[in-house]
Amino acid sequence: MIETRELTKHFKDVRAVDGINLTVARGELVAMLGPNGAGKSTTLRMLTTLIPPTSGSAEVAGFDVVRHQREVRLRIGYIGQGNGAGHSQRGRDELISQGRAYGMGVRAARARADELIESLGLAEVANRTVSTLSGGQRRRLDIAMGLIHAPELLFLDEPSTGLDPQNRANLQEHILRLRAEHGTTIVLTTHYLDEADSMAERVIVIDHGRIIADDTPRQLKAKHVGDRVILGFAGPAEAAAAARASGGEQRGDRVRITTDDGPRLAARLAALGPDSIEVVRPTLDDVFLTLTGRSLREDASTPESELVEA
Amino acid sequence: MTSLVTDTRVVFSRELRPVLRDPFTVIFSMIQPLFFLGLFAPLLPDAPDGGSSLQWFVPGIIVMSCLFGSSMTGSNLLFEMQTGSHERMLVTPLRRPALLIGRALKEIVPMIAQAALIVAVCVPFGFELHLAGALLGLVVLAGFCVGLGALSYTLALASKNKEWLFWTVQQTLLFPLLLLAGVLLPIENGPGWLQTLSRINPMTYVVDAERALFNGEVLARTTLDGLVAAVLVGLLGLAVGVRAMRRSD
Repeated sequence: MIETRELTKHFKDVRAVDGINLTVARGELVAMLGPNGAGKSTTLRMLTTLIPPTSGSAEVAGFDVVRHQREVRLRIGYIGQGNGAGHSQRGRDELISQGRAYGMGVRAARARADELIESLGLAEVANRTVSTLSGGQRRRLDIAMGLIHAPELLFLDEPSTGLDPQNRANLQEHILRLRAEHGTTIVLTTHYLDEADSMAERVIVIDHGRIIADDTPRQLKAKHVGDRVILGFAGPAEAAAAARASGGEQRGDRVRITTDDGPRLAARLAALGPDSIEVVRPTLDDVFLTLTGRSLREDASTPESELVEA
Repeated sequence: MTSLVTDTRVVFSRELRPVLRDPFTVIFSMIQPLFFLGLFAPLLPDAPDGGSSLQWFVPGIIVMSCLFGSSMTGSNLLFEMQTGSHERMLVTPLRRPALLIGRALKEIVPMIAQAALIVAVCVPFGFELHLAGALLGLVVLAGFCVGLGALSYTLALASKNKEWLFWTVQQTLLFPLLLLAGVLLPIENGPGWLQTLSRINPMTYVVDAERALFNGEVLARTTLDGLVAAVLVGLLGLAVGVRAMRRSD
């Protein structure tokens, strides 16, 4: 569905995107993860024909993004960071003209608009001026706009930024349902780690305009960080003995062991008789930290942990 | 399959919809022309032959209303560039020229509504309407307002992320164009340099043509000059605007 070769974009002296080779197969759900300014949106803007690459090439839905812009545009849906629907327009009107923009007849566009209004729960607000809608409603309308022509490939740029947790969950549900029902190929960018983790089966980590990792969330964590099992003991002496027995690293009255499969190791280490056993599973932020030496989180890192009773 | 014409129609009707849904927006941009009509026109002396000064003043105010409305219209695009709906439309298969032409053509509709409103307000005060000439006057004005609208959109595209630039340029150009076209007072009695500046202002020819046409003088040289000036502004605006739209991202 997507095939890029050394895709590069320079803005004056800045290499926003620096030689990206990316292949996305039909039906995949891919999340591009990275901090602000990493080059995610610029990559997306090249793939959606908004800006031409400085060098390299990209084929999207079978067509070159520079030479066959129109063919690409006919086949993709794009939900950008802003609001697709004009603020002075009414939602239903915008959906219909969006359908007309893709060459649908008035009747077909109207029917399709009704269908999307229904399925995205917009019935009560579709006839209102867009500027009066809430953030979540507007975002759902944007999704409807992007889906009007039932594209085989859908791009979403930071779809859930600025939404409250409930609207985010709702949006993610819509995206997953879309994929389950229509097999749509989906590429989204996000800087929410949990979003990439829970939705995508493939995460592409981008930093400084380059792909630095590309795998399933599970593999990324196992390959780059691994689970940690932390055993707690009554005192340093017991801990030291346990560290020798398990090959772990002692810190005071605790022993820490890194492994691929935390729960299994924890079960085995219970034989050492610790007071507590804690299994810490890595997050994508840990992956990012390992890969780049920086955290993706704006706030202090709080590892997601799982306490296992000893 | 779509064509440039159907694409333009899609953009045109999308632009027109908020105007039809909320016709008050048509009046919003003509508040200043209405003030000039109400508070300035009464100061004008009647014509030497005893005719109402409105016969001379009103056509100019119709052009002024078109100038104000069309030159501001780019702000709608500027707003849509900020909110994201312009970007959304750039990713659709709509042809780039249609995105500009459809928007510019829409300017004709509020222009006609405003002209009709001004005439309707002035007739009770002694303004005499010559329908055939007035209709031809609107045709000339259509070319002019499409060009102005297209130039306003061009300015909006050039002002991406710099809203102040749009308003600075628009406000700076507005009054020189208006005053040099002799809308408020005749230029003929002014100094030579002012008359020269007036002659290179295309709006002068449009205003002169509207004055002749709204007074029923159809077969006059001024009509032709006005039509040529309006068509030139129209074509220039569309050419520049389409070029800017093709480069928009």
